[in-house]
Amino acid sequence: MIDGLVAVLVLAGSAFMCLAALGILRLPDLLTRMHATTKAATLGVSLIMLGVCLHFAVETVVARALAIILFIMMTAPVAAHVIGRAGYFVGARLWSGTLKDELKPHYDPLNHRLHSGLDDADASSPHGSSAGSGDDTDDAASGK
Amino acid sequence: MSIVMLVGLAVMSLALCLTFIRLFRGPSLPDRVVAMELFSSILVGMMGVIAIATEVSFFLDVAIVVALMGFMATIGFSRFLERGGPRDD
Repeated sequence: MIDGLVAVLVLAGSAFMCLAALGILRLPDLLTRMHATTKAATLGVSLIMLGVCLHFAVETVVARALAIILFIMMTAPVAAHVIGRAGYFVGARLWSGTLKDELKPHYDPLNHRLHSGLDDADASSPHGSSAGSGDDTDDAASGK
Repeated sequence: MSIVMLVGLAVMSLALCLTFIRLFRGPSLPDRVVAMELFSSILVGMMGVIAIATEVSFFLDVAIVVALMGFMATIGFSRFLERGGPRDD
């Protein structure tokens, strides 16, 4: 019975991974590709590691497998957020059928800076721009 | 090695091939980084299946290291893209 459960878990996990690979091959856009890969691959790894837990049933192995599940579930959203942000800033082209791009009016591609939309109201643009340029030179100096 | 583990490994090998196509022809660097991250996830799953098939539990340590290196490589590539990469805008 345990073997049957392990077989079901392994087959489901590998099927979800194949779905993730199909998504990264077929979807039209960087963000939609990330949407396919992060969730499906995380679920696939989690199912396979649950199968490993059930198959071995020893404390150390179960602890390691659960640690892998916890690590994947903690790092996959962080990695997806960071690479999606970097891809948007570099200028990855969105899909032509994209309906809404909420970041576009708040992002200035020339000085690479995000606005929240609230700092336009108090209209302190010269002070803000001078502080921004100071930050930029500081970043450039620390970058070198 | 039972037939179920062989089928699982074959399906994940197919997934690796599909991911490699995207890694090969991905139009920009972020697409390739996403494909590389999926590579590391699929490798972690393959390590789990191999650990079940060969009854050797030390493959899970290899899986932990592969997952850690995939995460670190993704963070490093995205820092490189935001700071010093070529901008095509």
